[in-house]
Amino acid sequence: MLSGISLGQYIPGDSLLHRLDPRTKVIGVLAAAVSILAFANWQGFLLAALLTLTALLVSKLPPGIILGSLKSLWLLLVITFLLQAFLTPGTLLAVLGPLKISREGMFAAVEIVLRLALLILIAFLPTLTTPPIKLTAGLESIISPLRRLGVPAHELAMMMTLALRFIPTLLQEAEVVISAQRSRGAGFTTGSPARWARSLLPLFVPLFAGALRRANDLAVAMESRCYRGGANRTRMNALKFSAADYVVIGVTMAVLAGVIALRFV
Amino acid sequence: MSSIIEIVQLTHIYSPGTPFQVTSLDSISLDIKKGVFFAIIGSTGSGKSTLVRHFNGLLTPTAGKVRVCGIDTADKRQRRNLWRSVGLVFQQPEQQLFEETVFADVAFGPRNMGLTEAEVTERVHEALRLVGLDPLAASRMSPFHLSGGVRRKAAIAGVLALRPQILILDEPTAGLDPQGKRQLMEHVEEFRRREGATIILVTHDMEEVALMAERVAVLNRGRLVMEGSPREIFSRAAELTAIGLDLPAPARLMRQLRLLGKPVRTDVLTVAEAEEEIAVLLGETLC
Ligand SMILES: Nc1ncnc2c1ncn2[C@@H]1O[C@H](COP(=O)(O)OP(=O)(O)O)[C@@H](O)[C@H]1O
Ligand SMILES: [Mg+2]
Repeated sequence: MLSGISLGQYIPGDSLLHRLDPRTKVIGVLAAAVSILAFANWQGFLLAALLTLTALLVSKLPPGIILGSLKSLWLLLVITFLLQAFLTPGTLLAVLGPLKISREGMFAAVEIVLRLALLILIAFLPTLTTPPIKLTAGLESIISPLRRLGVPAHELAMMMTLALRFIPTLLQEAEVVISAQRSRGAGFTTGSPARWARSLLPLFVPLFAGALRRANDLAVAMESRCYRGGANRTRMNALKFSAADYVVIGVTMAVLAGVIALRFV
Repeated sequence: MSSIIEIVQLTHIYSPGTPFQVTSLDSISLDIKKGVFFAIIGSTGSGKSTLVRHFNGLLTPTAGKVRVCGIDTADKRQRRNLWRSVGLVFQQPEQQLFEETVFADVAFGPRNMGLTEAEVTERVHEALRLVGLDPLAASRMSPFHLSGGVRRKAAIAGVLALRPQILILDEPTAGLDPQGKRQLMEHVEEFRRREGATIILVTHDMEEVALMAERVAVLNRGRLVMEGSPREIFSRAAELTAIGLDLPAPARLMRQLRLLGKPVRTDVLTVAEAEEEIAVLLGETLC
């Protein structure tokens, strides 16, 4: 029910990609995404596709998980394809009742779906291969230069960490509460909107009560350990670039540069 | 007597086909007779909660069969009505209270059964009295302003009000004080006597098992490793300790005395039996 795997959820592993510094993964994915959006010819596409494919292979993730992200967003792909195919004017290729497909539309549709598919495939790699806590540490480190502009980098990262930490807990709790109320004959799906809203009370009241209690406990636990965010905090596992990180950043930057250079060939 | 729950080769796998796949129950076969007080023990994570969730159709077997009151829980239509005859009290049930008053919360189940308001009130009052709460005060009490122990009683009353033929309690006494534990077990026994219900108790408290249960099943890592009367089960002390379980305190005491060379029985389970043995022992040594 709720306990399946959610989109982009961390899959433990021991691949090169898993061991990279989280900052490398964020920067690498940004570079790859720009490459995917920027390619303007088939050489550029090949380069971006090769980078994506290599990253997927190196991650050693089960194919089911990788295709899962495509599968759960297939509707987006289909709708984009249809809109492009039908709404681009040009040389007529086929007519389906009131709908016309043009040659240009066909090309544009294939191109945009390829771009989207590559983006989806690469975009989930950081969350799939990095524990949430490490990922937020990486993000914090990347945005920390903005602290001088008054951006509370640490606090933002802390909130993100806490939110990520509690999503699975809340889902699990929701599952227990739903099961418990079902055991007393609750139905969560029937009747008019007003009755439906009321039928959700047995789920949401305990869930919110639990979340508040948990938040309160956590605040007390943090205070009693004299937690203070922000300046002068050090990390137990300091982030450190290794040789592999420099290589990966180098390669992705080279692909990005290549794709952009190919636009001008 | 006839079986009320029949389990044949039950296997349950969470998140099958993913890296998070967990085999939580592994080919379990078990028969639970009607009207019996049945205890399920096992260390944390051994699959007790997963097993009892099969008894009212919340979970269905990945492989194997579960028949409850003659109904195959794989049958979707019949499974949906199983909650009317199988009451399941979850771990920490006090966290599932949601109504404004204790009365309304206990009435939730009976109302879902489609009973008349008079029948609902009658059942709620009876259930509240069974767990030792005052029915009249309950219509004014908000569950969120009560102590944990009272909230637990209220939550259990919410299941008793269904008057289930099978009452399942998942670690109902965990976290209660000793007096609260004893009272709760007395309430359960009272309910059993009144309704002739089958009781299934999941617990870590071996004294509870020794005192209350007629049959015991022992789980370890999703497998059924023993089943029998408490006396049979607790005679296999070495096997129990090997899987992280323990004997009831009186039984441990008797075994210690035997180790010290005292002529006592070691198949003792309850405090009363232990007292008898010690009286005999003292009588002998004093003379
Ligand atoms: N919703 C779930 N999703 C995945 N695994 C679960 C879930 N619930 C329990 N498990 C796993 O199943 C096994 C048995 O758990 P459980 O039935 O809760 O044991 P017990 O009640 O004896 O402590 C454990 O390994 C646990 O981690
Ligand atoms: Mg449990």
